[in-house]
Amino acid sequence: MAKPRVATTSLAGCFGCHMSILDIDDRILKLVELVDFDKSPIDDFKTFTGRCAVGLIEGGCCNEENVHVLQDFRQHCDILISLGDCATMGGIPALRNTIPLRECLEEAYLHGPSVYNPSGRIPNDPEIPLLLNKVYPCHEVVKIDYHLPGCPPSADTIWETLVALLSDKPVQLPYELIKYD
Amino acid sequence: MTYLINGQIESICVEYQRDRHRLLDIIRSVQQKFGYISDEAIDEIARCCSIPRVEVDSTISFYGYLSKQPRGRITIRLCNDIIDRLQGMERVAAAFREVLGIDFGRTTADGNFSLEYAPCIGMCDQGPAALVNDVVVTKLTGDGAREMIRDLREHMDPHRLVRTLGDGNNAHELISAMVNNNIRQRGEVIFSEFHPGEALRKALSMSPVEVIKEIKTSRLRGRGGAGFPTGMKWEFTRGAAGPNKYVICNADEGEPGTFKDRVLLTECPEMVFEGMAIAGYAIGAEQGIVYLRGEYAYLNNYLEQVLQKLRKQGMLGARFCSTKHCFNFDIRIQMGAGAYICGEETALISSCEGLRGDPKNRPPFPAQKGYLENPTCVNNVETLCCVVRILEKGAAWFSQLGTTDSPGTKLLSISGDCRRPGVYELPFGVKLSEVLKLAGADNAAAVQVGGASGQMVGSADFHKPISYEGLATGGSIMVFGPHRNVLEIAHYFLEFFIDESCGYCTPCRVGNTLLLERLEQIIEGRGEPADLDYLQQLGQSIKALSRCGLGQTSPNPVLSTLKNFKPVYEQLVKVNPQGFRSSFDINRALEEASRITERRSVIYE
Ligand SMILES: Cc1cc2nc3c(=O)[nH]c(=O)nc-3n(C[C@H](O)[C@H](O)[C@H](O)COP(=O)(O)O)c2cc1C
Ligand code: SF4
Ligand code: SF4
Ligand code: FES
Repeated sequence: MAKPRVATTSLAGCFGCHMSILDIDDRILKLVELVDFDKSPIDDFKTFTGRCAVGLIEGGCCNEENVHVLQDFRQHCDILISLGDCATMGGIPALRNTIPLRECLEEAYLHGPSVYNPSGRIPNDPEIPLLLNKVYPCHEVVKIDYHLPGCPPSADTIWETLVALLSDKPVQLPYELIKYD
Repeated sequence: MTYLINGQIESICVEYQRDRHRLLDIIRSVQQKFGYISDEAIDEIARCCSIPRVEVDSTISFYGYLSKQPRGRITIRLCNDIIDRLQGMERVAAAFREVLGIDFGRTTADGNFSLEYAPCIGMCDQGPAALVNDVVVTKLTGDGAREMIRDLREHMDPHRLVRTLGDGNNAHELISAMVNNNIRQRGEVIFSEFHPGEALRKALSMSPVEVIKEIKTSRLRGRGGAGFPTGMKWEFTRGAAGPNKYVICNADEGEPGTFKDRVLLTECPEMVFEGMAIAGYAIGAEQGIVYLRGEYAYLNNYLEQVLQKLRKQGMLGARFCSTKHCFNFDIRIQMGAGAYICGEETALISSCEGLRGDPKNRPPFPAQKGYLENPTCVNNVETLCCVVRILEKGAAWFSQLGTTDSPGTKLLSISGDCRRPGVYELPFGVKLSEVLKLAGADNAAAVQVGGASGQMVGSADFHKPISYEGLATGGSIMVFGPHRNVLEIAHYFLEFFIDESCGYCTPCRVGNTLLLERLEQIIEGRGEPADLDYLQQLGQSIKALSRCGLGQTSPNPVLSTLKNFKPVYEQLVKVNPQGFRSSFDINRALEEASRITERRSVIYE
């Protein structure tokens, strides 16, 4: 029987959640016995090659490309998991949500104290995806099946969750894994 | 100039003995005198009362009727609560906007008029209604509003807007209001013949413990909403340690759709005050406070006069003796300043203490540590009236009225889509359908029982009795015909709670905003079936995790419509086959960036 496929992506995140996936250390060898990776920065597949059992999403949506990728994940994955606080709540990028978009861009490219930008222009190449009016957590854009909180969720949390899902058992996360203060 | 103002502020503070616990009165007086409370005035109040400036500032910021910005000489507060909306409030609002040339929340350039919205001002049976400074105007129309502004521009005197006086004491020279009582049904307990002083004399012929026993035997339960047994509350307060106990009469009447306490305060204040004195005797208190909602300020002078009269008769303010016992009791009136939460008893106590009207943690309960940390008994206006009748006519007489768990009668304030809105005194246990028939609500499709914090019921529940064990209400019954949209009503009530939340706890402050957001998505047709579970779960969490009664009841409009009007929700939601959220609109989310960058999406165009 073919191994179930897992896809991962980083949207408006810092890659910290992906680092945490790698933190499962040598268990990654066990993981590749259990699953095949599909679209993911881990194997650098840029597009989906087939139907996936699980999709792990890091980061919320801050631009149109994020939305596009997330919708693509929804269409290819049976189960979608919001991985980490950025995916579940918007996280640090969502700090801009109370500030008008134009002000954010001006601060970032024109007026910020550390900005060096002799052209005095805000980058506007057609290649650059358009920003959304605010940063959205993933579940406001597509249906999300599970949320794993934490910044980032620990490797053990991710491991326990994946193993439980792939072996069709209830997830049991001990208190220490979901306690954050 | 500043010097002069400071002198006046100082004398206001001196009038209240520079007592920080009278801060609300001080601030109200300053606002009355100068129209608003300026930064300089805040400094001066803080100095005179020897308190940090931020305490004055934060108290002002809490109350809807206090303002740090100059307001117009005349402030018009139009009720935009749900019942007034049904009665054509929008047309009145449009007329005000048009003739004054300003929007709500603004002041005219000449500084003469400010326009504000207010939640229910207790005139639902005669709306659309507004407060013009302290003057109540009822049954407004678009033309009426235009005429009103024309007149005001001539004389700038809101009192001259009252041309026809209302019934009963509304016509008394110290009230002079166009308000009507609309008492439609008189019952045996409240609206029957009353002999002032008799109940108090009877109480004084008994020992305080005997009085409490009599109230316990009557099985009287609080009429303010929660239905706590009154005798038990008195017993706790009497038993609590503390030399200065207090009786507080809760006349905040902020629950949308409730106006029966207004009628009691207009027609039977003697009964209310006598009930307070009996409570004082029973629990061992010598001081009482009536917390009167700011909207009812027009009753204040009259109530003060009644208090004076009772003092002259020796019933208040001096030793009052029967053949057996003597006691001493006096009452002061504390005016509120436009905050629904101040009806909650611990918030009400904070407000009486001159603080922001924030609820307090419980325990300790007010009976243990209430006003200024003293044992305090808070009772609703109507509860105190019942007390008087129980003493007068006996616990046995009272307890055979109504039902076993809900003895006595209940005052109902009925409004909305019915022919005879007004106040009805009916025995507990009366079926909602009978109530609707009496009120001429032939076409009722949905009834909100118990105000915004109550529940919306449909015709399947009309056979149920009005009682604590059946359909519970502090008095509010709002009737809606078949042409009304129950989700929009729930939406309005949620907005009301969001406005009125004190903001202390996250479930109430954030949870209700999230409920509203999801409800809006459903109303706009962008909801999914799973959203109904979300509303249910979130609503239950808010109820379970909020600190005070406001948060604990705030999801009720949503939860009760979900329960009783599920098909209305189900018709609006649909599954999104792709698993995308229908509420997310990529084009809307990209509009701003498109405008700024002057290019369009290459992915989504
Ligand atoms: C948000 C909120 C508002 C309330 N408003 C009122 C009110 O306007 N009048 C009132 O009598 N009770 C009100 N109550 C109930 C009071 O907290 C308290 O239970 C009542 O005054 C006790 O008096 P009773 O036992 O005589 O009913 C309110 C409660 C909450 C939670
Ligand atoms: S949740 Fe934390 S680690 Fe993960 S992407 Fe966001 S900021 Fe980075
Ligand atoms: S439940 Fe709401 S109103 Fe009550 S204390 Fe909490 S935030 Fe304030
Ligand atoms: S006075 Fe407007 S709804 Fe009560």
